[in-house]
Amino acid sequence: MHDGIVNILVVGIGGQGVMTASEMLARTALSQGYDVKKTEVAGMAQRGGVVSSHVRFGPRIYSPQIDSGEADLLIGFEAAEALRWLPYLRPTGIAMVNTLRIAPPVVSVGLYHYPTDPIGELMAAGIEVHAFDAGAIAERLGNPKLVNTIMLGAISDHLPFPADVLKECIVTGFRAYKPKLADSNAQAFDAGREAGHAQTVSRQSGA
Amino acid sequence: MNAVVQAKAASRHLLSGNEAVARAAWEAGVRVAAAYPGTPATEILENIALYPDIYSEWSVNEKVAVEVAIGASLAGSRALAAMKHVGMNVASDAFMTQALAGVVGGLVIVVADDVGLSSSQNEQDSRYWGRFGHLPILEPADSQEAYDMVQQAFDLSEEYEVPVIVRMTTRVCHVKGRVTFAGERWERPAAGFQKNPQRWVMTPANAKPRLPLMHERDRRLRQVAETSDLNEVFKGSDRRIGFITSGPAFMHVRETFPHAPLLKLGFSHPAPLDQIRAFAGTVDTLIVVEETEPLLETEIRAAGLDVHGKDLLPRFGELAPSVLRPAINPLLGEPWEVPNRPQSSVFPRPPTMCASCPHLGPYFALSHIRNLNIIGDIGCYTLGAGHPWNALDTCTCMGASLSMAHGMDKGRGASDAHKHIVAVIGDSTFLHMGMQGLLNMIYNRGNVTVLLLDNRSVGMTGGQENPGTGENLHGLPAPRVDFVKLVEALGVRPERIRMVDPYELPTMVKLVREEVKMEEPSVIITDRPCSLTDRFERFRSYEVIDDQCTGCGNCIDLGCPAIFVARRETVIAKNGKSKELVFARIDANACTGCHMCVETCAPDAIVQPPASNRVIRIHSHA
Repeated sequence: MHDGIVNILVVGIGGQGVMTASEMLARTALSQGYDVKKTEVAGMAQRGGVVSSHVRFGPRIYSPQIDSGEADLLIGFEAAEALRWLPYLRPTGIAMVNTLRIAPPVVSVGLYHYPTDPIGELMAAGIEVHAFDAGAIAERLGNPKLVNTIMLGAISDHLPFPADVLKECIVTGFRAYKPKLADSNAQAFDAGREAGHAQTVSRQSGA
Repeated sequence: MNAVVQAKAASRHLLSGNEAVARAAWEAGVRVAAAYPGTPATEILENIALYPDIYSEWSVNEKVAVEVAIGASLAGSRALAAMKHVGMNVASDAFMTQALAGVVGGLVIVVADDVGLSSSQNEQDSRYWGRFGHLPILEPADSQEAYDMVQQAFDLSEEYEVPVIVRMTTRVCHVKGRVTFAGERWERPAAGFQKNPQRWVMTPANAKPRLPLMHERDRRLRQVAETSDLNEVFKGSDRRIGFITSGPAFMHVRETFPHAPLLKLGFSHPAPLDQIRAFAGTVDTLIVVEETEPLLETEIRAAGLDVHGKDLLPRFGELAPSVLRPAINPLLGEPWEVPNRPQSSVFPRPPTMCASCPHLGPYFALSHIRNLNIIGDIGCYTLGAGHPWNALDTCTCMGASLSMAHGMDKGRGASDAHKHIVAVIGDSTFLHMGMQGLLNMIYNRGNVTVLLLDNRSVGMTGGQENPGTGENLHGLPAPRVDFVKLVEALGVRPERIRMVDPYELPTMVKLVREEVKMEEPSVIITDRPCSLTDRFERFRSYEVIDDQCTGCGNCIDLGCPAIFVARRETVIAKNGKSKELVFARIDANACTGCHMCVETCAPDAIVQPPASNRVIRIHSHA
């Protein structure tokens, strides 16, 4: 956090719920009295392209974009995507990463290679990395769409407001619009929070 | 009902610029709103549609949308038209003349410039239209300003009887920020159309006397800009450099140089030159920061002031603090070293077509037929230019495929003598501006094979309705255009109109092969809905029986994102040459059971899991 401003970069692939997750972070920050800006490049992103969503909050936010090297938190919904956006993270930043690997058609047809060990590369960069299989947790809870709530649970103890405030914001939203999903999302949040703590934390020296 | 729609005055919300425009239009008493979908403007009308007090529609194109708004304005209603930047090119014929005649009910055109081309074929600075058409321009920098300025734009439009342009960019439309609502709806009943042929019938005799009035209006608008509260001075404490900015560029300047004096132009055209001159006198060096073209800069320089601008800053693409610092810090004697961070070498992840996308079949066919020049259009099917299809040779603008294909046929070079010309266009683009091209081709006896990919939605912008879907903006039933009858009416012979299920790959390939050989125009119409819309019916997913897969890779050629490479093996073929085998795997979560890949699989290795006894429904057409 610099000048009281928190910069969170949420990244993944179109259709994974990246924008919903960043919306939840932004709404919660707004409810806590912060000025907030949230931006992403949408448009063609839904077609399996890269999605990056920037959330900034603090006393007064001007530019909506997070500059390279200025993200405090990086939430990666896919391993290679987390690696792609690593240059945006501060040296003191934290990466919360889903270990899911999704190869696009350009990799399938053999034009490019998927990195062998993206999590290892993140760790080698000297930042704090938490990595876990959010998809497996979602599957255990019976709904693959819970991944974004799991990721939010995982990051919730690294925010300047209590984790329960974020949880309440998410669950309230579901109660209002999709009440059947409120309980499972509450469980997903808690499971993500636990996973975010339990996983290996790495901050190696040297970048 | 959306919470924002019911929200009271003084409540605070997290809104995108587009959502803020919709709320402002409602509060301003807008009675008619029209648009054609286009990134990044699409959500303006989608959100206006949530307010039942406003009549709103998807128009068939941007020119029609502006004309609908003009008609409503002449009837005395406040009206709004919204579009992306390229829509202004289409709409310009309407507003360039109405700028002369003027308006009655407030008329606001909200245009969204896709600065940085997140989802567009070019980058344009729509502020030129204000100069070209003698229309005032307001430039919000964030959601709150979009909300405030749209309301002011309506007042301005009515007071000066002029259409007003509110110029947004992607970073205003799609950025969510805090917005506090000032009020609620102010009903403004329509005054009714007052007949006045001298005013509204733009014959030369009537239009000519409007010209001096238009120039006089420009002069008065400049005076309004001079004292407008939308133009604001931030005094700052370090006067070595002062900035003049407009739109979201303000945010980046304020972020990067918080102590510098700054004149923010919200009412940016006609530019308040006296105010600019006075501001210039308070700083040592003046820099104009604007996206994207040097419009203010040129006008300020023409007014005799010494300014920096595009000599330091890029003339295209988005500005950001990371762009401003290295360009401007050297003027302060504080060179900015771009931090040397290792750049990521991760593979690209370009957007691709979806699992079960009905465009996969046509592109599989096009990629397997030789000697085609494939003239494309604007839509998801532009992705056919990418891997693995590589089956699209041009893309220019909405509806261009048919006319450009016709021109390529007529202007054939010797090297194209044996080539067949194919045009690919979607349902909505065809109705937007494509059918004129088909009519022209028929009338002038051209020879092009047209693939009309009817996926019953405006796919690329998120599945909006159009006259081909059977529903309107509000999801209510609407008359559905009959494409077969339409193209027949335009002059295509019934024998050359072929309906096909794009999932039936062998038929798809056979039809295209047959039709390209014809010596007259053909139209092949596909009829499966976009797989991201509610019209799409998902079936049980398929899987690959690993020990039956021969590694031929045919299914990979389909380009379905649910099909992955399981492993590769290099073998020596009978002719002694080495050959790479590609074994496939299907992601059951992503597969929606369209069965297209089954048709590519010779050894029948792609099957539905045995538990399923459900049969895929295939409809066939005579």
